[in-house]
Amino acid sequence: MNKLFTKDTQAIFWNNNKTAIQRMLDYDYVIQRETPSVAAIVAPTSNNKFEKFFYGPDEVMIPVYKSTPEAAEKHKNADVLLNFGSFRTAYDVTMQALDLKQFRVIMITAEGIPERMARVMNHRARTEGVTIIGPATVGAIAPGAFKVANIGGTIDNIVKSKLHRPGSCGLVTRSGGLFNELSNIISLNADGISEGVAIGGDRYVGSVFIDHLLRMEKNPDVKYMILLGEVGGTEEYKVIDAIKEGKITKPVIAWCIGTIAKHFSSGVQFGHAGASANAERETAAAKNAAMREAGIYVPNSFNDLPATINEVYTKLKKDGVIGEIEEPVVPTIPKNRRPKNFICTISDDRGEEATYAGFPISSVATPDTGKSIGDVISLLWFKKQYPKWATEFIETVMKTVADHGPAVSGAHNAKVTARAGKSVVESLVTGLLTIGPRFGGAIDGAAKYFKYADDNKLTPAEFLNYMKKQGIPIPGIGHRIKSLRNPDKRVEGLKKFAAEFFPATPLLDYALEVEQLTTSKKDNLILNVDGTIGILMVDMWRALGYTEEEINEFIESGTLNAFFIAGRTIGFIGHILDEKRLAMPMYRHPWDDILYDVQEAEEIK
Amino acid sequence: MAQRAIREYDGKALFAKHWNKYFDGFHYDFKSVLVTSGDELREKAKEHGFEWLNQEPLVAKPDMLFGKRGKNDLVLFRVNKPGDVTLEDAAKWIDEKSSHDVTLLSGQTGRLTHFIVEPFTPHTQEQEYYISATTVGEDDVLYLSAEGGMEVEENWDKVNEVHIPIDLSDSDIEKVIKANIPADIPADKQEEFGAFAFAFYKFYRDLNFAYLEINPIVMLDNNKMAILDLVARLDDTAGFLMADKWGDIEFPTPFGMEEKSPEEKAIAEADAKSGASLKLTILNPMGRIWTMVAGGGASVVYADTIADLAGVKDLANYGEYSGGPTTAETEFYADTIFDLMTRHKDPRGKILIIGGAIANFTDVAKTFTGIINSFKKYADKLKENKTKIYVRRGGPNYEKGLKDIEEAAKQLGLYIEVYGPETHVTDIVRIAIEADKEGEK
Repeated sequence: MNKLFTKDTQAIFWNNNKTAIQRMLDYDYVIQRETPSVAAIVAPTSNNKFEKFFYGPDEVMIPVYKSTPEAAEKHKNADVLLNFGSFRTAYDVTMQALDLKQFRVIMITAEGIPERMARVMNHRARTEGVTIIGPATVGAIAPGAFKVANIGGTIDNIVKSKLHRPGSCGLVTRSGGLFNELSNIISLNADGISEGVAIGGDRYVGSVFIDHLLRMEKNPDVKYMILLGEVGGTEEYKVIDAIKEGKITKPVIAWCIGTIAKHFSSGVQFGHAGASANAERETAAAKNAAMREAGIYVPNSFNDLPATINEVYTKLKKDGVIGEIEEPVVPTIPKNRRPKNFICTISDDRGEEATYAGFPISSVATPDTGKSIGDVISLLWFKKQYPKWATEFIETVMKTVADHGPAVSGAHNAKVTARAGKSVVESLVTGLLTIGPRFGGAIDGAAKYFKYADDNKLTPAEFLNYMKKQGIPIPGIGHRIKSLRNPDKRVEGLKKFAAEFFPATPLLDYALEVEQLTTSKKDNLILNVDGTIGILMVDMWRALGYTEEEINEFIESGTLNAFFIAGRTIGFIGHILDEKRLAMPMYRHPWDDILYDVQEAEEIK
Repeated sequence: MAQRAIREYDGKALFAKHWNKYFDGFHYDFKSVLVTSGDELREKAKEHGFEWLNQEPLVAKPDMLFGKRGKNDLVLFRVNKPGDVTLEDAAKWIDEKSSHDVTLLSGQTGRLTHFIVEPFTPHTQEQEYYISATTVGEDDVLYLSAEGGMEVEENWDKVNEVHIPIDLSDSDIEKVIKANIPADIPADKQEEFGAFAFAFYKFYRDLNFAYLEINPIVMLDNNKMAILDLVARLDDTAGFLMADKWGDIEFPTPFGMEEKSPEEKAIAEADAKSGASLKLTILNPMGRIWTMVAGGGASVVYADTIADLAGVKDLANYGEYSGGPTTAETEFYADTIFDLMTRHKDPRGKILIIGGAIANFTDVAKTFTGIINSFKKYADKLKENKTKIYVRRGGPNYEKGLKDIEEAAKQLGLYIEVYGPETHVTDIVRIAIEADKEGEK
């Protein structure tokens, strides 16, 4: 590729540097990119799944991951890594990123990475054809396409310096601070830049002037190049050689800063770590003279640089090499943007009619729409339109779990509270509060453990052994009275439905194998209704195309429990209304049902 | 953060500390002391473990990061004949050499303050070898020669250069080193020297040296090695990895460099405490042109331009404040500069350049508030010194920054000219100097 970045380039940003990322998104908005330039953020210590940023007046969410491999896996098209790790971590982050073979460009901002580590890192990247920008850099920019982090400064300055649309200059500097200044000078004296890179101030940087100039030579949008070098090193001589060998033919303007250094014998470090001359030919004056001799446009001093740029640009324009640029309309970013306190991704009540995941309520509510509660759940819980067999399954589950008599702890609680004269909602809540690991939790547990066993290819015997080691009875297995010979009709119904309508039921098939083993030990160790629901939910999601990871998240976040909560609410309300109708008095538990074993408290001296 | 020289004594101490790990099969008797006076040496000789100072003939020489001590006649190894230097001779010599300024052949002048004292090692010219390692371009380079000693530079054609690419495996490194042992090393010493050179390279690499030279290294009988002279630079960016291996190592100011002034030290201390970057070097305290420049690159081009247009002797200081310093940090930095620049009056007046490129993220108005606070304190002194102030800056919030600083200066009766990004970054230097020349006419 003869361009560093295009308008489709996406980056993974290592470290949640909110200001820098916001600046990238502001830039994206100004140049009207279709996708954000930051595909994902890697923040090893963050527990957030995403971070909010402004995109123009609106907000967007950028996903956050704990590791680079995870982010890269999820964002295959992101081929740029912006490594904002500190000098302690930047090396490891880069080496790990190189392992992934996904990144074409890695930018490293840290200053002061140990030199030997920088050399190892740079060498490896070069061998593998990866362009490293930095270390110790503010980055690079392809105006109108992609901007790295803070380069170019504020959005106001970017527009003033014409960094929001491509010009015709290829710019390479060492210093990041002067990069902005050069962009400004080029916008004032020419038509802006096509691509610009600050290679970084450390002694050992990954890519050097010549790497970028050779690429720019091949990039038809670049009409001439500007190089701003520094005292120290011999990188400028490689450019001179390339010109002499005819590898660079476009006009080059260059200047090495640090001519002051010749006045001071040693000890004063002018500028960056890389900036000290070890020999006469590394001095700024020697390099400037050599470049001038090679036919590069070299002004008499830095202060004359603008005039030289103007001269070259005017000539190229007169010769027809550079044409006119049509200035794009710049969308303005609102001055006062307030981050939203809440995010809603499921429904919207702002329009003519409120919607469920984009569907007006009226389009799913009445019988003629053909939509059921299962459809509403699929829209509001999963933001998807599930197929008929799945919505009907959801509805079957809801109906199946709606009630299980007054004796279970939740119903009992609801009844006691109702009899204490409390309202429907108060009574309902006391019932719901019992739902958890012991009451209703088998749905979650069954899904979790059976899936674990299936994922890890445990044979039923190994699974039983595993659960024994964990010291947990297998959730979803066992019934008080039902057995193989006296099966639970609810389970039969669910299994029949699944056999008829599910595309496949691999986890249920596995669970039934387990059941064969458990019932061989004890007749009532059957797959019960909770287990069947949990397991079939997993089979449903698998058939709907969710990844194993997404399904694990459903289980972790308690989505399965939610089916139980929603379904059983119907039953609890029934019990509460029943109590209200019956007007039973306040309940008091009889003494003779309590074992009193109270001893006098010992005194502790 | 850069490559920094350490004392010969500290270099040898590093060898001694890690000798057994790297130089298995070789012996090194680390007998060196670092002293600053004859009395300190005499006291040292009374300590347990340093009896050799009284028992053996000694060698004394300054240990202050400069080379060619032999050619500068700064190595004491003889009074009447080589190897007859006693403790008392060395102590007196140290006191004499440190009693007056010394000018080296290279032109550096300064006072000798640190001396290394060691036993005199009798040996023959044939036993002297040369070994050094550094980085050239992308590779490490090991330099090996059978001809060690003072004349190694004159005999550079006899030095074998062994290029070691950064990704070479240890076994390949060993091969390439052993294949490049100088032919003029005696046959019976070839293998021993090869083994030592390979160990030396690994020591240099693992301890993050940027440069390491022993000249001469003396190979005595029974694999005994004597490090007669050593020059070393460490890559101090590796400091966080090397805390245990280096220990608490000192990076002294090179000989001939003036010790830092209190003001420079204060700025360096503030820099160390801050996330921002504050740097100050005083070049000429009597200089007329003082700079307060934001940004590393910009500070260089301002210095360049002042030297080009006004001449280097008028340039008083070099430095930078950057990386988003707080208002208080900027105020402290400005206080320091304004204090320094108003100490010596000059009939032609003073020029103060408050410069900077277009900032990436530093809030210009915020940092300028710090400068304005300092103006309030030093306005009278700046006026007494006939100071003309030229400002140029861009970046976040620069319009407000420029407006604030202009208004504040004018209220205080200071002469000020203010420019933004539409003016070329260093053009205020030209404007200031042209006005200055105009004024002199």
